[in-house]
Amino acid sequence: MKPKITAWSVVSFLLKVILMVIFIFPFYWMIITGFKTYQESIAFPPSFWPAQLQWENFVKVWESGPYLLYMFNSFAVSIGCLVLQFLIMVPASYAFAKMEFKGRGFFFALVMVAFMVPQQVTFISIFHMMSRANLLKTLWPQILPHAANAFGIFLLRQNFMQIPDELLESARLDNANEFQILTNVMLPMGKPTLVSILMLSFITTWNNYFWPFIMASNQNVYPLTLGIDALRDVEGSFDWHIIMAGNVILVVPIIIVYAIFHKRIVRAFAYSGIK
Amino acid sequence: MTTMNKSLSRPAGYKTPWEKVRPYVYILPALIFLGLFTVYPVIDMVVRSFQKWNLVTAPTWVGIKNYDYIFKRKEFKEAIVHTITYAIFVVGLGLSISTLFAVWLSKSTFMNNLTRTIMFMPHVIALISVAMVWAWIMNKNNGLLNMVLNFFGLPSLKWADSADTAMMSIIIVALWKAIGYNTMLIYAAIQNVPQELYEAADLDNANAVKKFFKITLPMISPQMFMLLITATTGSFRVFDTVRVMTHGGPGTATQVLVYYIYEQAFVLNNKVGYAFAASVVLMVMIGVLTAVYFRILSKRVHYQ
Repeated sequence: MKPKITAWSVVSFLLKVILMVIFIFPFYWMIITGFKTYQESIAFPPSFWPAQLQWENFVKVWESGPYLLYMFNSFAVSIGCLVLQFLIMVPASYAFAKMEFKGRGFFFALVMVAFMVPQQVTFISIFHMMSRANLLKTLWPQILPHAANAFGIFLLRQNFMQIPDELLESARLDNANEFQILTNVMLPMGKPTLVSILMLSFITTWNNYFWPFIMASNQNVYPLTLGIDALRDVEGSFDWHIIMAGNVILVVPIIIVYAIFHKRIVRAFAYSGIK
Repeated sequence: MTTMNKSLSRPAGYKTPWEKVRPYVYILPALIFLGLFTVYPVIDMVVRSFQKWNLVTAPTWVGIKNYDYIFKRKEFKEAIVHTITYAIFVVGLGLSISTLFAVWLSKSTFMNNLTRTIMFMPHVIALISVAMVWAWIMNKNNGLLNMVLNFFGLPSLKWADSADTAMMSIIIVALWKAIGYNTMLIYAAIQNVPQELYEAADLDNANAVKKFFKITLPMISPQMFMLLITATTGSFRVFDTVRVMTHGGPGTATQVLVYYIYEQAFVLNNKVGYAFAASVVLMVMIGVLTAVYFRILSKRVHYQ
């Protein structure tokens, strides 16, 4: 049976195109505004392609602050969180999933309670703690509080629990010790879940604004999100073409990564949201 | 789950001292970090919500005075009302629209997959960038949105710069960011509905609307419920868009709880006790909803 072209199928097709435009256009507008002159950015009627690509907007952004440092900070914090989360999450999830011990239920409940407490309620206390520890001028306040990923522990434990005990037993009969079981049996089996959790963690940290906004006390520890935010103060008069150019630096790498890995990324987000 | 015979080389149940300690060693790092950065701050917050403290001299006990104060002031009550209003619109509209889209785009065709993938994109982009580009599009003087309105003969709006439309502007941005994500999750849930149910309904000549309410919606209701709770607690934590687009204003039009807490703690001096009391209120609001979420989550995973 050949698909028939009905009135609804035409309307439906057009509506989908409109929908895509609604979700792509703001990004397009951000990018082309970033390439316009000030005059062109506020001109009426608006231009939908810059008369001349203004690369100096990006130079202006780059020179308005230590952007290389901001980038380094964003990477350092994102990678730092990721590594610590991995090191803490894997053994904890293994113990909760496959080991019998007194207090397991209690400790796991503690992890779950921790998940229920968002950082929007603990930030004042953690800020004072970091202040007392004299860490506010370092990147640690942006890394350490994210080191234990309670939701990650929950997901990975669920995943580990589905690995049959027979596999672990046969590894034990082959004289594998617990650490070898962890690295040779559990990790390969849990890899898809683990990759998903860590990918989410990286994107979330890279995009994070609230936490560094509270914790970063000077420019030296700003991540890229705060650097871009500072453009609004630097320019004062709200030069939108400069602000948009700054956002292009923050957003375009993620858009490219998304364009390539969208299947994996969507699956990772959908997985953590549904399971 | 089947239990296996324990290794035969030693008596069942025997554990060396190291084997007894090992599980605790494995969970210790997680417990240390959760203790330091979740348990301790919560206790600290609750204790300090009953104290008056200016960050310099020793704190003094004031009983429930902080709570009494914030609940008597209209700023705090407004912040709660604004937060709940925001959540109702973002969650209510967001989930309804997303469900519609998910059903509409539920067949896996090239065009549908592309639409869903593109709609999802705002979810992976930093909220601060999303807020900034929308602040530019909604700019009252040179923004594109007003140019479009004028083109159709409609008057300009002041969007985030007017107390009447500021909350609406923030809600629009939140919806734009969330709809693709919600749609993707609901779509995934719909894919898991057994096809036979629809075939049976076809035999009964059920129409699309009836199929949706009798089959699709009941079958995806567990996922919908979880999405409802995560979206609501997420809305209670709104901060970035408010910070970028309105700073809680104009006046107090978009003052939400987290922004209120931030201002009490970091902008206004000597108000940290109020900030702690308000944090406790926010924690209770989120905690209750999340507790429900986890009860259902662990049951579902368990019986799968």
